[in-house]
Amino acid sequence: MIVQQALNALQLGSIYALIALGYSMVYGVLRLINFAHGDIFMIGSYAALFLAVYLNMPIALILPLAFCAVGLLGVTIERLAYRPLRTAPRASAVITALGVGLFLETITLAVVGPEPKKFPALIDLNIITIGAFTATNIQIIIIAVSIALMTALDRLIAKTKTGMAMRALSWDKTYAPLFGINVDKIISFTFAIGAGLAAVAGIFVGLAYPIIDPYMGIIVGWKAFVSAVIGGIGNVKGAVVGGFLLGAVEILSAAFLPSTYKDMIVFGLLLIILLFRPSGLFGVPVQKKV
Amino acid sequence: MGIHMKQKLIVAVLICIGITVFSSCKDSNVISIGVNAELTGSIPVAGKSCVNAAKMAAAEINDQGGIAVDGKTMRVEILAEDNEDKAESAAAVAQKFVSKGVVAMIGPNASRNAVPAAIVAESNKLIMISPWSTIPKLTEKKKYIYRSCFTDDFQGVVVSSFIYKKLKARRAAVLFDITSEYNKGIAEVFKAEFIKAGGAVTAFESYSTGDKDFSAQLSKIKASRADVLFLPNYYNEVPLQIQQARQQGLKGMIVGSDSWGSEEILTLGKDIMNGLYFTTHYAPDMATEKAKKFIADYEAKYGAKPDDVAALTYDAFGMLFESVKKAKSRNPENVLAELSKLSNFPGVTGTMKFSSGSGSPVKSAVVIQIRDNAFKYYDTVNP
Repeated sequence: MIVQQALNALQLGSIYALIALGYSMVYGVLRLINFAHGDIFMIGSYAALFLAVYLNMPIALILPLAFCAVGLLGVTIERLAYRPLRTAPRASAVITALGVGLFLETITLAVVGPEPKKFPALIDLNIITIGAFTATNIQIIIIAVSIALMTALDRLIAKTKTGMAMRALSWDKTYAPLFGINVDKIISFTFAIGAGLAAVAGIFVGLAYPIIDPYMGIIVGWKAFVSAVIGGIGNVKGAVVGGFLLGAVEILSAAFLPSTYKDMIVFGLLLIILLFRPSGLFGVPVQKKV
Repeated sequence: MGIHMKQKLIVAVLICIGITVFSSCKDSNVISIGVNAELTGSIPVAGKSCVNAAKMAAAEINDQGGIAVDGKTMRVEILAEDNEDKAESAAAVAQKFVSKGVVAMIGPNASRNAVPAAIVAESNKLIMISPWSTIPKLTEKKKYIYRSCFTDDFQGVVVSSFIYKKLKARRAAVLFDITSEYNKGIAEVFKAEFIKAGGAVTAFESYSTGDKDFSAQLSKIKASRADVLFLPNYYNEVPLQIQQARQQGLKGMIVGSDSWGSEEILTLGKDIMNGLYFTTHYAPDMATEKAKKFIADYEAKYGAKPDDVAALTYDAFGMLFESVKKAKSRNPENVLAELSKLSNFPGVTGTMKFSSGSGSPVKSAVVIQIRDNAFKYYDTVNP
């Protein structure tokens, strides 16, 4: 039972972590909370549905294609909606992000309609039973691919030149360009990776919970945002830890308490962590010099 | 404003009132019945079915020459109004029917509209019959409010007896949406009834509307070794719950309630729905003579199979016509006296009777089994 719940928590946590990464990375380079991110995740789900149903593609092609297509969407959104506002007050950019999210939701509503859609079974389901413990191949694939992607991202940020540029930009965006860093390129790259990871999460949600609708990004987006804040927004490791922590808290509270308490506990945890560590678990406190 | 102006205004107002009074005077030769239906809003399909069935019921009685009342044979006239699926419009439509002096009002269908309309109807002594509102409080402590469907409380009892007697299961688990009144009501009645019958409710798990991950609750249900899982939830969430239940290794039977009764559940669930049961008001392939005739006539007239709203509306009219015939009067008080003691009325959705001053009928429920991606009539459960 405990092992079973741990597996349930890992699956939910991987999805939150993948989306939380996008929030955190964008915040890192741009100091912008991209509230359209939950809807980018929803678009990822629909993109995969389209590729699977109309073009009959297998999952091995859908994953990279959806990653690239939605990554491109992320870059386009940044180019058209956020770049012109880069020097505008922070509030304008956040409101624009909310607007972009609503735009994505309504355009999906207009194109595919409000009724929930069945997500195709891209992987033949195998149920593995060991005693009272049950796992599915889908669960294992979700957890394994998520961890692989997170490790790859960590390597990319730690070892490559682009990664170093991203870190430099998040450290100090005024001086980074003086060292020959192309700010626009790095920001576009960050948006592409963040949106691509959200698309992967969208596909995983389709596989695990195969009924999707245009509003699916709202609640999941909030939860992922909370994960990013708990971990320390702007910090990549923090986003991953926050995602898994949130998944575990949700599953455990649903397992041992009536589920009405679930969201209360999740957001209560956010309050408590922020009370003791205002910049999240892994966040570095910002010291302002006068 | 000058004195002349004022006088003119008073005269104008009086003329308006006069016109309203005259126009609302009962036509001496028709029986007017109001239909308060959700023609626009979120459930326009239900509203349309309701009006279709109403028109069909009236046409049938008029083809027979009408009903003999007050010493004359009179035709039935349907006044259909759209309540926009809004509480305030439903109440306004009821008010309009009161001023028009209709014999009775059929509708609204959804509980959220029926409850406010019932308050207007009750205080104005207007007979109201809701075809589809199953919420128990609709008819509680009311004299003029009736319905042709069973209540949520009754459905909990029916599911319990079906699982205990027909499926012969003794260990049942429930997963329900705790934030929705309908789901919570049925789940609680079911739990009490199943324990009373001698069974055990091994897990009683809940979630909130919009949740997609039920793995924690289903793991617990599996560990409780339940034979049957009861899911009194809406059709858009049920396929997800069943799929995750199977993935968690739950192999037992799964049973649902009338909230499963949309064909959409088959599109979303496909083959995982096969073989499962749910209770509802009526099945399109029911075998009684009355139901067969109704279904054939409806299909011939509208080119579509009647849904449960259509069947229940038709039965609401059937009960009303029966009461008017017996009362031989259009006077609402006389009609009400007959309606309240109606017994063994053979409707499309089963045999109904009203007893002990309650506006909720004692009637049977239908069990449907999903087979070959379609709803198939399985059994009738009597109270």
